[in-house]
Amino acid sequence: MELLEQVPRGTEIPQELSSPVVDVGERAARRALRAQIERLERELSDAFVTAFSMGGLNQDVGRPRSQARLLDLGELEHVRDDLVERLSAARTWISKRADEQAASRLALEQMLLEPGKHRFERVSCSDLGQPGCGAWEVRPRLGLIGMLMGWWQVKLSSGCPLAEGHGARHGPHTGLPTGDLPTVF
Amino acid sequence: MTDELDLQAAPGFVEEELSAELPGLRLDWMTMPRGPRTSPSALVQRLHALSNRYRGASVVAMRTQPVPHAYRTFFRQIGLDPDVDRIPAEQAAVSRLLQGGFRSRGPLEDALLIALIETGVPVWALDADLIDPGGLGIRATVGGDLFGRGEHAYGVPPGRLVVADAQCIHAMLFGQVVPGHEAGSRTRRVALFSVGVEGVPAIHVEEALWVCAEALRIA
Repeated sequence: MELLEQVPRGTEIPQELSSPVVDVGERAARRALRAQIERLERELSDAFVTAFSMGGLNQDVGRPRSQARLLDLGELEHVRDDLVERLSAARTWISKRADEQAASRLALEQMLLEPGKHRFERVSCSDLGQPGCGAWEVRPRLGLIGMLMGWWQVKLSSGCPLAEGHGARHGPHTGLPTGDLPTVF
Repeated sequence: MTDELDLQAAPGFVEEELSAELPGLRLDWMTMPRGPRTSPSALVQRLHALSNRYRGASVVAMRTQPVPHAYRTFFRQIGLDPDVDRIPAEQAAVSRLLQGGFRSRGPLEDALLIALIETGVPVWALDADLIDPGGLGIRATVGGDLFGRGEHAYGVPPGRLVVADAQCIHAMLFGQVVPGHEAGSRTRRVALFSVGVEGVPAIHVEEALWVCAEALRIA
């Protein structure tokens, strides 16, 4: 080991002999990092699209704007590591959300099989990963009579009221803002 | 025949160091008359028709398509975060969703937008009279480079990527154009330039310029 580290006195290693090798090595390393960034960006994009139907990933947009520049090895590593973190967080979130949706589907199946054992339980379409804002709910058939008789059923609500519902149409006549209209039954 | 020749794009220079580091980086450019001041109805209608291409789900999935993916990757490789500084195609798509449609803002702006929507490749316009005959290209800044002209000029840190000619900087790469260098109301001839990156076929870059030039010529 000592022999390897020994350099004869008076012998200087010319800089021009070593630097091209380092340059080529660093350039190859930067190229490898750029390839990794390309792959991670693709995977992150796929994760983003997958997560969209589940509610969407939180985009961290609090970073400052910057200018285009040639990144050195350390900066490329930082970009790569940041992407790895974001991808990992995205996959964790997707996995957790998929588990929640599976649990919701199971709950809905049990509600459908035995409504009487799951009285007034409610599963929203968003919990199931379905579009719309409807909800599955165990309700008594024929209201109070069904509740007393033990007649239970699962109903799917019709979802959100339309933006231009009855209240909005009466807006100009009452002179009230449409959002504050009293509900009349 | 003359018109055909006028629409030939010229390849711009890319600094040797940049070419080695970022293979696939290219700049094409061409010059042509600025055209009229107001958009003809055909151009406005085309813009409206293109508005119908976008739906929320397709905009979300845009980043998985080859050309936007290539620009997003390139942004990351040059220190830009495409979720903060959106790539031009995504920026246009998000604007379309927010505004409900593409709005006409003049023949040149409309032509640039049409080229971007059709190809996914961004095109910028500069005042051709301010460009050195040697042509445009991409280089990294060095100490002493200035962004802007006259008393409003300020120094650019070394290592920034810029669109420049032999004389001066015209724009930051995928960023701000030097004030006064953009094609304005007094511009007689415009220099259109487009930037391609690795993963974007060269024909897309040429096509973007051609679509833009054709839209301007028809206008």
